Amino acid sequence: MRDLKVALRALRRDWSGGELGVLALALVVSVASVASVGFFTDRIQTVMDRQAAELLAADLVVLSSEPVGSAIRARAEEAGLDIGDSWTFRSVVLAGNKTQLTEVKAVSGGYPLRGQLRTAPELFAAERIEPAGPPAGEVWVESGLLQTLGIEVGTGLQVGARMFPITRVLTYEPDRGGEVFNIAPRVLMNLKDVPATELVQPGSRVRYRLMVAGGVDAVQVFRTSVADVLSQSEQLQGLDDARPELRVALDRARQFLGLAAMVSVVVAGVAIALAARRFARRHWDAVAVMRCFGATQNRVARLYVLEMLLLGLLAGLVGVVIGFVAQSVLAGVLGNLVQGSLPSPSLKPALPALIVGLLTLLGFGLPPILRLRTVSPVRVLRKDVGGWRDGSVWLYLLAVGLVSALMVWQAQDLKLAGIVLGGAAATLVLLTAVAWLMVRLMRRLRSRVGIAWRFGLANIARRQGSSVVQVVALGLGIMVLLALGLVRSDLLASWQNSVPEDAPNHFLINIQPEEVEPLRAFLAERGAPAEGLYPMIRGRLTTLDGTPVDPESYDNPRAERLAQREWNLSWAAEPQSDNKVVDGRWWDTSVPAEPQISLETGIAEALGIGLGDRMRFMVAGSPIEVPVTSLRTVNWDTFRPNFFAVLPPGSLDDFPATWITSFHLPKSESATLIDLVRNFPAVTVIDVDAVMTKVREIIDRVVTAVEYVFAFTLVAGLVVLYAAVQATRDERLFEGAVLRTLGGRRKIVVRSLLAEFATLGALAGLLAAFGASLLGYGLGEHLFGFGYRFDPLLWVLGTTLGAGGVGLAGWLVTRTVLDSPPALVLRREG
Amino acid sequence: MTQFQPMPIVQAEQLGKRVNSPDGELIILDSVELSVAQGESVAIVGASGSGKSTLLGLLAGLDRPSEGRVHLCGVDLGSLDEDGLAGLRAERVGFVFQSFQLLPSLTALENVMLPLEMAEHTDVAATATEVLDRVGLAERARHYPNQLSGGEQQRVAIARAFATGPEVLFADEPTGNLDRRTGQRVIELLFSLNRERGTTLILVTHDVGLAKLCSRRLELEDGRLSLESVDA
Repeated sequence: MRDLKVALRALRRDWSGGELGVLALALVVSVASVASVGFFTDRIQTVMDRQAAELLAADLVVLSSEPVGSAIRARAEEAGLDIGDSWTFRSVVLAGNKTQLTEVKAVSGGYPLRGQLRTAPELFAAERIEPAGPPAGEVWVESGLLQTLGIEVGTGLQVGARMFPITRVLTYEPDRGGEVFNIAPRVLMNLKDVPATELVQPGSRVRYRLMVAGGVDAVQVFRTSVADVLSQSEQLQGLDDARPELRVALDRARQFLGLAAMVSVVVAGVAIALAARRFARRHWDAVAVMRCFGATQNRVARLYVLEMLLLGLLAGLVGVVIGFVAQSVLAGVLGNLVQGSLPSPSLKPALPALIVGLLTLLGFGLPPILRLRTVSPVRVLRKDVGGWRDGSVWLYLLAVGLVSALMVWQAQDLKLAGIVLGGAAATLVLLTAVAWLMVRLMRRLRSRVGIAWRFGLANIARRQGSSVVQVVALGLGIMVLLALGLVRSDLLASWQNSVPEDAPNHFLINIQPEEVEPLRAFLAERGAPAEGLYPMIRGRLTTLDGTPVDPESYDNPRAERLAQREWNLSWAAEPQSDNKVVDGRWWDTSVPAEPQISLETGIAEALGIGLGDRMRFMVAGSPIEVPVTSLRTVNWDTFRPNFFAVLPPGSLDDFPATWITSFHLPKSESATLIDLVRNFPAVTVIDVDAVMTKVREIIDRVVTAVEYVFAFTLVAGLVVLYAAVQATRDERLFEGAVLRTLGGRRKIVVRSLLAEFATLGALAGLLAAFGASLLGYGLGEHLFGFGYRFDPLLWVLGTTLGAGGVGLAGWLVTRTVLDSPPALVLRREG
Repeated sequence: MTQFQPMPIVQAEQLGKRVNSPDGELIILDSVELSVAQGESVAIVGASGSGKSTLLGLLAGLDRPSEGRVHLCGVDLGSLDEDGLAGLRAERVGFVFQSFQLLPSLTALENVMLPLEMAEHTDVAATATEVLDRVGLAERARHYPNQLSGGEQQRVAIARAFATGPEVLFADEPTGNLDRRTGQRVIELLFSLNRERGTTLILVTHDVGLAKLCSRRLELEDGRLSLESVDA
């Protein structure tokens, strides 16, 4: 208690003496970055939890790509449960002469069995709760659709073959809750109207949901009794396993944003290490006096650790408040990707953020503080003894261990944390090596420049270690921003350039067999010939060489997804022109071929399938088993319909097929599209440009959010700069005084400071451009597979931004040097 | 006929310096009157805390007086702003300090070049090399201060002080940080250069031996000039 009082007094004294500003600032940045991400993900989590019960609009759902079997319906009735149905499919709707891809949902009378449906009479009007879905003959649509088409409630909307009046604006739909990426707006209609639209035909892509609700026991009875009548394509979904893809997406987002926040924590840690070292040095004399008057080593250590903890707590609280304010911006950017308004954040994430702050302070700041106990009391007599020389790297093992632990905590995955740490360490080593080389180079330059520049460059070279740290810390922040800003758009541009001008920009799916020829003729007539029409049948992969396929057994997320979803199987006599058989043999079509399959190499590799393996699919309730006889590469960039799996003609004749094609339609000829929708109402048109625009919009939002989180890294980099400048402040004051004593005018002192910081900033910017280009190259060449064009703007922007920004910041924190009176040289001790 | 009197190169009138301390105002210097003629060597002596260094700072224009005025090389220092003072120092004044005050990031040669560059001389490197040679350190030109001994550092500082050919040289305890023998050699160098170049020398020291080498000694006591002794 007595120590606490002493520590509090010391805290107040050191604070007003300006000793703790940098430490506090670094702590505030690190806590604020962790807290802002924490608060934001907490809000999303709350939405998810709150909506979990509503997420299904029922207690249990049978999900299927085929109409749900009558046996299942019968079991539900036996169990005395309420039953509802919904069918969901994509379709292009027409209003006047405007078209839009939508997601149509047709619901039966009982919908929703759980949760509420809310609508408004017009755009932005007050909501009301609906007891059921729309009556037959009407549709309700999301506000987004009204805005895109520029129409109002009351307008007619052509859905497939029929026109419906829009009667209300759909504002909330329970089982859509938490839909992250809404590419197509919702049209809600009555199930009874579906036949009139002619949209659902054999083989059409529809998601069928049979919803049940009732007492807990009744639901349980149904759950167990239905197990043996579920077909391969039918899946049970309860509250616990609702929206697994959404949970995965959210977990990933939390991991990623959390790890991004950790980058700021680490950079802030560097500032803390620098500031703590200076703090300790400046307390040598005080400790020597305390020791002289009888303070034990332990008491000295205890007092300073207490002081640090108090500081950590206070600065951490400020950081939490800033993080709280900052998350609202994050929510503004990302929040409306999630349906429904976000709840206000809980205070739960404040504690972990505070703890991260304290741990960072202790991990990075404790070593020099603890060493204060070793200061010798002899120092009161002789200033040159009793302190210590810096430089033991071992002291920072604690920090390294701590950072590793925090990464594991944020990632909640040992492997991922390992990869991130390894990657970060490699990046850091590379950046440090480059920064070191650049700083060494500056040394050679100095004999060729004027006095101010020479002095500035000499300072960079003399404080080589500190300069490298600053260049790397600042470079890291600039690099991330450059990578997110420029490299992203460069990559998108590179990709767009790799797609030919006249590549197909529209896909047609759900084409019925009898529509194939009329459609071919229709497109040819309008000068937009189809790139070939291909049959398509959906099937689920059930066994591989006799072993049942378990999606969860795959480590690779892509393989997991591929094993989970339905496959599009096609047949063809010859391989498509953009396909190349690389292994095995394509079938001979001169004789009727045995059932067999040709696989795309990528999917075969992901799932570990080789030539000769037997694949068994469940197609419309019947099994079909085929051996793999060839592997093909496919050029997906042509935007032609292509298939992972192709069989010989005749193999799939017993199953209902729909057809798919793509064609190029210049933007000016949208009338063709309207004619097409009118003539072939059941065909779904997918406008690639519109989808791409939507996707880009979503990417932009996500990137903005990520940039925002990384802005903390840049701020942390600036704090490192500040800490490094602070650490050399006394020297700088003295040097400024010497320069002025020797007749240096203000102008020269200003120039030498600007030269030093602008050079540091330019080096950091160069380093950032180097790193960002490398990243862009790696992503373009190796991940996405198209050439990345190096962008000179990256280097120009990086260097000028770095030089300008850091020059200004450096000048701001050192400008007191200009006012240091030259008489200071007379008072300084040697 | 009146005898020709050279213009004093340094002149202080009613010079005073006060600072605020927690115990109220502290008088460091009080009504100091002083006149130094060109070519003179003057030692300011006194106990520590008597205000010697403060007086030196005021005479050299490193600090501003609370009252009174200083004329340096015929210029009223009170009429100059900070840059004006810096300009005056660059062209006409040199300094030697107790703790050398070499810039650690610059080599010996670069340190000597510094005042030449401030005064915008041409042929800076050649002049600096020449002066370094004169103090016997030509071979150490590329060394950094922390690679030099205390005596060598002070010789670099002396070279730096004489590099621009100043009219007045201020020295603050130039031997304070050196052992007796090294100090002796530095003093010899300082005075021989002083004679060679006809520079006016004003130095502050504890060292009685050093003070005796000067043509005039002023003693400061509690901020006032108490005694003046002149060699016959």
